[in-house]
Amino acid sequence: MAHEHSNHPAHLHHHFVSSEQQFDAAKMGMWLFLVTEILLFSGLFVAYTVYRVWHPEVFAQSAELLSWRMGGLNTIVLLASSFTVALGIHFAQKDNKKALVINLVLTFLLALTFLVVKYFEYSSKFEHGIFPGANFAPHGISHGVDYAAYNVPFAAQFFSIYFVMTGIHGFHVLVGMGLFTWITIRAIRGDFSSEYYTPVEICGLYWHLVDIIWIFLFPLLYLI
Amino acid sequence: MEMTEADTGSVNYLNHDRSIKSWLLTLDHKRIGIMYLIAVSLAFLAGGILAMLVRVELMAPGETIMSADAYNQTFTLHAVLMIFAFIIPAVPAVMGNFVLPLQLGAKDVAFPKLNLASFYIYLIGVAVAMSALIVGRVDGGWTFYTPYSTSIGNGILFVSAGVFIMGFSSILTGLNFIVTVHKMRAPGLTWNRLPLFVWSIYSTAIVQVLATPVIGITVLLLFLEKTLQIGIFDPALGGDPVLFQHFFWFYSHPAVYIMILPAFGIISDLMGTFSRHQVSGYKFVALSSVAIAFLGFLVWGHHMFVSGQSAVSSIVFSLITYLIGIPTGVKVINWVSTMYKGSVQFKTPMLYAIAFLFTFSIGGFTGILLGVLAIDIHLHDTYFVVAHFHYVMMGGNVIAALGGLHYWWPKMTGKMYNEVLGKIAAGLVFVGFNITFFPQFIMGAKGMPRRYYDYLPEFQGYHLLSTYGSWILGAGLFLIAFYLLASLFKGKKAGLNPWGSLTLEWTHTTTPPHPHNFIETPIVTRGAYDFHLAKHLFEKEGSEMSEVVTSPK
Repeated sequence: MAHEHSNHPAHLHHHFVSSEQQFDAAKMGMWLFLVTEILLFSGLFVAYTVYRVWHPEVFAQSAELLSWRMGGLNTIVLLASSFTVALGIHFAQKDNKKALVINLVLTFLLALTFLVVKYFEYSSKFEHGIFPGANFAPHGISHGVDYAAYNVPFAAQFFSIYFVMTGIHGFHVLVGMGLFTWITIRAIRGDFSSEYYTPVEICGLYWHLVDIIWIFLFPLLYLI
Repeated sequence: MEMTEADTGSVNYLNHDRSIKSWLLTLDHKRIGIMYLIAVSLAFLAGGILAMLVRVELMAPGETIMSADAYNQTFTLHAVLMIFAFIIPAVPAVMGNFVLPLQLGAKDVAFPKLNLASFYIYLIGVAVAMSALIVGRVDGGWTFYTPYSTSIGNGILFVSAGVFIMGFSSILTGLNFIVTVHKMRAPGLTWNRLPLFVWSIYSTAIVQVLATPVIGITVLLLFLEKTLQIGIFDPALGGDPVLFQHFFWFYSHPAVYIMILPAFGIISDLMGTFSRHQVSGYKFVALSSVAIAFLGFLVWGHHMFVSGQSAVSSIVFSLITYLIGIPTGVKVINWVSTMYKGSVQFKTPMLYAIAFLFTFSIGGFTGILLGVLAIDIHLHDTYFVVAHFHYVMMGGNVIAALGGLHYWWPKMTGKMYNEVLGKIAAGLVFVGFNITFFPQFIMGAKGMPRRYYDYLPEFQGYHLLSTYGSWILGAGLFLIAFYLLASLFKGKKAGLNPWGSLTLEWTHTTTPPHPHNFIETPIVTRGAYDFHLAKHLFEKEGSEMSEVVTSPK
């Protein structure tokens, strides 16, 4: 067996014939994983659609309580982070380690910004008794909005769906931050080059998915 | 690369490192397959004992050995264990893991670490689901219909979390296999040359990847319904229980194809090998698996004919359900034709394949019957459904899995089991299975509802027969466990290719296989069932095709 290993680069696992095969396999695996992610969210999109079709006026009214400014800010933040991660992959291909690390750190910080904004959004909802489901009890007045007026049947369903969808999405952002911490450390260590940058590429793919899901969540929940 | 009998039993995947750690942390797909075999066998044993208890309880109307409450929990636990912990991982995770890379001429699956991770995720999932037993009661069956499931104790939280985690394991296995089939095939192994087992595992993997996330989100919502009362499924809070049923069956109907498709693959391999003939209609058999995987996504509504879905949906779902009969029929007809054209060798694995033709066909035909709207109104939630389900799951999946286990046992362990005991056990399983489940068709048609603890005296005869059958079935299964385990210690050493098969795991590896599967990557120049070449291959060892084959016994 030994002769088969002698000329192989360090990153190539023994069961692959070539780096290309390993790279293709990793990428295909990631794409399949993204399909499963879309299907996971699709269940929630179906629940959203069903309840929206049944109670369109309640959904339109409840959506007024969500801040489109904060949602819009987060949309820009996530789009920017998708750009930085794409730049990261570009610089990995160009063997520019410094630019790669900078872009990965930027991506991480943008993801953090997203969650901070989300934190303020959630707490402004909790303050006024907006919880998912049976605990939904809006009260209080702020910025001229009387929250109690929004306590109508099926508004609770809207906010259940809002919290579950954005909650699961937020969890994915958190996982993404973990991934970027890991590949930033590896990038600083010098693991990546134009020869081998698979983890950067597949984390980038994952991050684009997190971005795309938000691109659908934002208009559905905040705007229409 | 020539191999001789002397190579057998030298360095192999079992003996190259014997430490416990080398097993628990192994990345070798063969060892992971063996660990899955042990785990799912234990789940099958536990689920089987619960089933026997259910049957004993039903021997007489009223209380026989347990209270109504214990009975409800027993059949629920039987179902959860058998479906999520046994039958879904059984064939893909055990035989898929062990055999798929070997049949592809690959050194391993595409992602060995993910493969090991999926095993431990599976174990964690089973442990979480089973801890429901300690925390509180879970009853009402494996379908967890709301609002009942959210009204019982906290046990449902653990079961739903456990199912979510086991689902992850199933997704990772499926993902791994799809990439492996696409990217890891040996040179010359075109799609048209793939063994049919590979085709069926591939189709299964597609269903695993596309359907499982939906059960993931469903049980997650169920979990949140119980903890936060989100009111999506609970009608008391304005939710919709029918939505839960749609979500649940959108996964769980395709999931029955996760359970049956790999069985089709095993049967195809057995039919070809033991009929010594090219599997008839190879392309049709291969693509019918893909067709079943696809159609399987479009029929979930046939579980909901009486659940308040619209009449139009019911008619459409009923029609598509009939369509599934076409690719399935294509397979059965081609298997029979393979036997007709070939010369059949009645070895133990082939006995299971033939038994499968009967039991699965009965299960399949009664499935079409249940897809008929008017008949289903009469038969739904009766023992007829229970019998149909077990004819497909046990008569389909388990009987095929037993055939596959007997077929690959020599490759896995390097030992031959006792052929005479094997045939006796196959007979016991076939007879016991039919005595157990056939009476259930009759009593179901006569109106015996499923899941009931008590029943009218007129049904007792059928229940008694069914229980006696379960004892014969149980005896057959214990006999199998006995002689297979005994073969590890006293079994005759298996040759390189005891069945004279033509797939790579038999022709190009030692028995048991080398840790890296192949000393040199095989180059494939023929189809998986080109038995018309067998004479040539078996006579000229190491011929110009560089095949390494030994003559069939």
